[in-house]
This record gives sequence, structure tokens and C-alpha cells, in this order.
Amino acid sequence: MSDDLVLHLEGLKVETIKGATLVDHVDATLKRGEILGLIGESGAGKSTIGLAAMAYARAGCRITGGSITINGTNLRASTAVQRRNFRGKSIAYIAQSAAASFNPAMTLMDQVCEAPVTHGVMSRQEAETYARRLFRTLQLPDPDTFGDRYPHEASGGQLQRAMAAMAMSCRPDIIVLDEPTTALDVTTQIEVLALLRDLIREFGTAGLYITHDLAVVAQIAQRIMVLRHGKMVEVGDARQVLERPATPYATALVNERREAKQLPLIDPPADAKVMLNVTNVEAGYRTGSSVVRNINVTIARGETLAVVGESGSGKSSLARVVAGLLPRWTGDVKLAGETLAPALAQRPREVLRRLQMVHQMPDVALNPRQSLGEIIGRPVGFFFNRSKSAVRDRVAELLRLVGLPEDFANRRPGQLSGGQKQRVCIARALAAEPDLIICDEPTSALDPLVAEEVLKLLRRLQDELGLAYMFITHDLGTVRRIAHRTAVMLKGEIIAQGATADIFSPPFHPYTEKLIASVPEMDTTWLDQVLAGRGAAAA
Amino acid sequence: MTLFGHRPPVTAWIGLAIVAISLIIAVLGPWVAPYGQSQSVGDTWATPSAQMLLGADQIGRDMLTRLIYGARMTIGIAAATTLLSFFIGISLGFTAAVMGVWVDMALSRLVDVILSIPQLILALIILGVFGSSIPVLIVTIAVLDSTRVFRLSRALGMNLAVLEFVEAARMRGEGLWWIISREILPNAAAPLISEFGLRFCFNFLFVAALSFLGIGVQPPYADWGGMVRENAAAINFGLFAPLYPAFAIATLTVGVNLVVDWLLSIDARPSGSQAEM
Repeated sequence: MSDDLVLHLEGLKVETIKGATLVDHVDATLKRGEILGLIGESGAGKSTIGLAAMAYARAGCRITGGSITINGTNLRASTAVQRRNFRGKSIAYIAQSAAASFNPAMTLMDQVCEAPVTHGVMSRQEAETYARRLFRTLQLPDPDTFGDRYPHEASGGQLQRAMAAMAMSCRPDIIVLDEPTTALDVTTQIEVLALLRDLIREFGTAGLYITHDLAVVAQIAQRIMVLRHGKMVEVGDARQVLERPATPYATALVNERREAKQLPLIDPPADAKVMLNVTNVEAGYRTGSSVVRNINVTIARGETLAVVGESGSGKSSLARVVAGLLPRWTGDVKLAGETLAPALAQRPREVLRRLQMVHQMPDVALNPRQSLGEIIGRPVGFFFNRSKSAVRDRVAELLRLVGLPEDFANRRPGQLSGGQKQRVCIARALAAEPDLIICDEPTSALDPLVAEEVLKLLRRLQDELGLAYMFITHDLGTVRRIAHRTAVMLKGEIIAQGATADIFSPPFHPYTEKLIASVPEMDTTWLDQVLAGRGAAAA
Repeated sequence: MTLFGHRPPVTAWIGLAIVAISLIIAVLGPWVAPYGQSQSVGDTWATPSAQMLLGADQIGRDMLTRLIYGARMTIGIAAATTLLSFFIGISLGFTAAVMGVWVDMALSRLVDVILSIPQLILALIILGVFGSSIPVLIVTIAVLDSTRVFRLSRALGMNLAVLEFVEAARMRGEGLWWIISREILPNAAAPLISEFGLRFCFNFLFVAALSFLGIGVQPPYADWGGMVRENAAAINFGLFAPLYPAFAIATLTVGVNLVVDWLLSIDARPSGSQAEM
């Protein structure tokens, strides 16, 4: 074994305490300074492997087989205390959502210095000096005083970088990056990605980079491991996996990502009967500043309007204003020519029926204690007052319509996959026979291949039933797949609106251009090109 | 052995046995008791004999008979109280969680006011004013106890009310009752059931305490707290009489808690260094 080998996983097996296999016979090696990208859908076992590399398993799981060797020490043969000494010191972890992982009652400096001081690597003084150096490398604002802030005083992107500083604070040999940029906006993602890459290069750390986004991993990893259902599908050089994937599954993943770029843009429908008409709407949560203002949009029958923007741009608030969940202050919302009351409670049942919503997180949008028959059947019984047997027939029909077997009516949401749950949400919306469906990021919680299927379903239903969609999303690839027209939002206002083809072709609005340029591409040199472009623009 | 698909530990089986035996005795009381509950059959504080297995109380009534009737009364009142308390607490707690800021504010501050007065003192005042009949006793304890159930169910309801399936029900125009009973309650059932066991224990002890103070269950009805008080003087003569009902109170309390501990542990997962490998 060469001295360069810092991490060696062999025949790794992780099971739940009930005996289900999560990770099966995974082998991986990491040389000093090398980054291995772990790619796969949710549930593929990526995070489980990342944690297992630290000889840790989540509550309810067990590492049941294989060996985990860090710098020549087999962690599985060590005691709990010995393992703890490795964690943080030799191998560190960056979690997906930094905002949820910091202690809100401690300053960032206290949290960053905790590990090196506890492990006895540095004195508090040295740790603070080193932390300030890391803050500077990570381009955090005011690196000398940044550590005095509490987590709520930093933005999501800053916290993600602070967490990277925390992980690097003991100068570990290996760093596990668990989707560190997934929760960030595309524009922030670039910066964090570039800084993480520089940080790893500067300190010669090896890394396990976990992500579901091939384009992200293309920028940072030298080698890629594709995982599915806890098993290795393909391992190889990053460029080779991305350009010439050997297995069908990896090919499907790569192609899905590739097609997003080349999709033909959809023409608006000929039938232009206006379904939704929003004029001069302004709304906010409390008295004070509004979160959306000067909003004017229309959606025709059979048409999809995509509303895109970063988080905090007000796109979800706009959806909530139309739905009546967030009462508007001023302006007018008309559904098929009829003015809607601002608040949900004032709207008659018939209006509620005609306007339905599909939520972002199918996991919490379905009551886990109700069967699909009850979930989908309730709107049928509620709005149309049908008999029990008629409701049952309609539920079967709706399940067929969204591509699920009829006998799913007896199942509960817990027995379904994410994509199936989202289909049920769509079926529930369709049960009300609506005119307009507000889709609030319906595919962003789904894996790319599953999301693609859900988008196809939405388009088919639109063609068959003439539905109008208001489609909220931050993913420009999704916009190209589904939207006839697009509205771009920034800081609560619509800054550009028009046919999707026009929005996505020059001349761009500067912000639209920034959004488009920020979507990672699978080219391994993309990040360098973007950064070079920015540098040139700045100079 | 498994129960409802779970494998209770030994302690849970002990608790289940205690609770089951107590309930059977409470239900079958009049048919298994050797004498009538107010029937005087021996001397004051007679020592245990073949006729009176646990001896007699301060006016010569059979102690075992009194304990059996006492189980009926004490457990019955505690169960009725806890059920009523949960009905009030859950309804109002979920309403506060679902209906919005103003309803929540009104209900929560009312509960704060009630909670700010020591429960026992408040119960003494109410029972002193209205007299201590069994219905008044049940309603009084239930209302006082429902404040704690309110706090728990409001917190549970708050967490559930913001979930999107509740939002979906609101957007459909569902009424308050549907949202509370069909969307929220089934998802809050597990912690509420555990809490039911604990509150039952507290109410059971509270009834015993009120009876001990003389304003709970009134003579000639037997109840365990009252029996401790009536026989308390026997301690001065080195007799066991007050210890039997006291032991019954302690045993049932421990038994119910053993069952509750098990119920609470069902959903808990291993943690710490036991769980990491």
C-alpha cells in the first residue's frame, strides 16, 4: 500500500437495524489531494457512504461489513473513543444544509475553533489565527471579525463557507462534502464551488464529493463513482464517465442532463382565452416592506407560465398571493375574468375548486395517515358530492391518469417513492377538475430522471385537459422543458417577461444572463471559463 | 412474546400485568369483594385473619373489600377525568394551533392564568364552593388538567398545521373540525397516547391527594387516598392499615409508568456510540 493512500474502503456494507441493505460491497480509495465524486439519485446510499467513511452510521443503521482504513488504521477494528479521535481531526464533514447544522447560540469562531482545541491540535490562539486565514481564503466578509458573528447574522452561502472552514480547522487529510452547494442558489453555488475547490487544492486535502448533479461534480472531481440502490454502477476518470459512460444507467443520467441544453422551446398555444390575470399586485407578510410588488402576469388556457428567480426573489410569495394564502394588499387577481377575494377564507368553494396547487415537497404534502383513496377521493366527494362508489371509480380513473396502478388506492404515502408521491399530489389537484394549477417547484425535490417523468406527465395532462399552469421554479432546465412563457423575478419584481424563446435568446436582461451563465455545465473546464469570463469583465 | 407487533421488555410486562389486574378488579369489584363496602364486619383495625385477609379499617370494615371498591372508584374517576381533560385540551389546543394568532393568544393567556395558580389550591377553592360531588370532582380536575394537555397539543398542532397537507386541506376549504380530527389528530396520536398514560397517573394521584385532604371522594364510598387518611392514626399503634391503600396507589402508579416508558421507547431509536457502527 502506498503512503499516498489516505482512505481505503473495502467491501463496505451498511444495513438498517431491521436488516435492509443500504450500501452493498462498495470499494473506494482516495489518494492525498484527490477528489472522488459520488453521484446518484436520492436513496442511492451516497450520504451513507460519506458517513461510513468516518466509521459513522445514522441512528437506525449499522455498518455490518467491510473495512474502513484511514492512514493505515482500520477504524472498524477501533474502539468508539479511537474513532472519535479520527473524526474532525483526520476526516471532516461538510453537511448539505449549513444553516441547520450550526449551533445558533454560539459564535462562528467558537464553533470553528472547537474541534482543533478539543482534539489538542492547536491552542485556542493558534486555532483563531488559522480560522481567520481560512475565512480569508474562503473570501468571507471582514475575515478578522467574521468569527464574532452568530449563525443568523450570516447568509446561507456564507454559512456554507464557514462550515468548510470548520471542517478544515484541524487540517484533516480527508474531507467529506455532502451536497455542499445543493441548498444554494445557482449564482451563489458558483462562488462556493470555486472557493471549495481552491481550498482543497491549497491545503492538499483529499475529498469525497457527494452530489446528484453531474455538472457540479464535473467541476471538482478527478474521479467519479456512480451509485444506484447502494451498489457501485460505474467508477472511472471524471472526463471519461461524463463523455463516454459505460453503463446504461450512467448514460441515462448524462443524457438527461445534456438534453436540458438542447431542448426545443415550446410555442405558446393558439387558443388565447385568458385564464389568470394578475394586475399591479403588491403583497407582504407584515406591515412594512412588501415581498412582491408591481406584478402583472396573464396565463391563457392550456398555457404554462414559468416564474423563475433565486430564493428570496418572491416567486413562491407570488404563488401564495394567487392561491389566497398570502392576501394581497393592492391590485387585482382575476380567474377567467372573475375577481378573486384576497384571502382564502373569503373565496367561495367553486373558486377554490378551480384553482389547485401542487407543492414542492411531496413528502409533507400528503397526510401520512390517510390512504391514497382518501387523499384523492376527498376532493371528489368534497367538491362534487358524489356517492362512495362513484368516488372510488373516479379515484381509480385519476390514478390511471397519472400513471399509477389502481390498487394503489389502498396504500399510504409512506409506501411510495418521491416521484409516485408527486403523481398523487397531481392526481389530488386533478380530482377537483381545476382550470389553473399552481406548481410550486414540483420537481426540485425529485431526482433528475424522476423529475423528467413528472414534467412529461404535466405536459400530457395539459394537452389532454387544457390546463393552465403557473410553474414556480429556480431551475432553468425545467423552464425549457415545460414553459410557453417565462417571467423572471428579482427582489420581488418581475424584471423580464415574455415567450420562453425570447427570454432565453439575446438580448438578455443582465440578470437573466447571469442566471443562465450560472447553470453548471458538464464540461470539466466550465467553472474555469466562467471565472475567467468574470475576471475579464471585472478588469 | 409480542404485542401489537412489538416486543415489550420485562418491565413493560410487569406494568401491563399491574394495570390489567387493577382494571379487572375495578370492573368486577362488587362480584369479587368478600363483603359490602360499608359493611362493618370486625373490630377497629382488626389484624389480618382467614375471614379478613388484610384486617379491618378504623370502623371495622374489611380492608380488602374497601381496596377493591376503592380501585373501582379511584381508577374510574381518574380515567373519566383524563378522558375529559384530553377532550378539552386537544380540542382547544388544536383550535389554537389552526385558527391563528388571536384565538391562540386568547386561549393561551387563559391557560397561563389557570396555570399560575397552584393546582391544589384552585381545586380546594372550587370544590369548597361547589361541594364535593363526584361529577364536580371530575369536571374540576379535568379542567385544571386540560391546561397541560392544551400546552402539549398546541405545540404538536403548531408543528403539523404548517405542513403542506394541512395547507392543501385549507385550500380545499375544509372546516375546522375536519382539519383537527382528520388531518392533525391522527399524526399527533403517538405522543398524545404516551401523555395520556402520564396524565392518568397524575390525575389518579391528584384524586388520592384530594381525598386524603377530605374534599375528594366522600364517605361511605371507598377510595385509596381517603382510606390512607381515615386509617392514618393506626400508624401510631404500629398497625399496617394505612399502608395497604398507600401500597395500592404506589403500585398502580409504578405500573402505569412502566407501560408509558415502554410506549415512549417504541419510537425512540438507539443513539450515541451504540448506534454509530
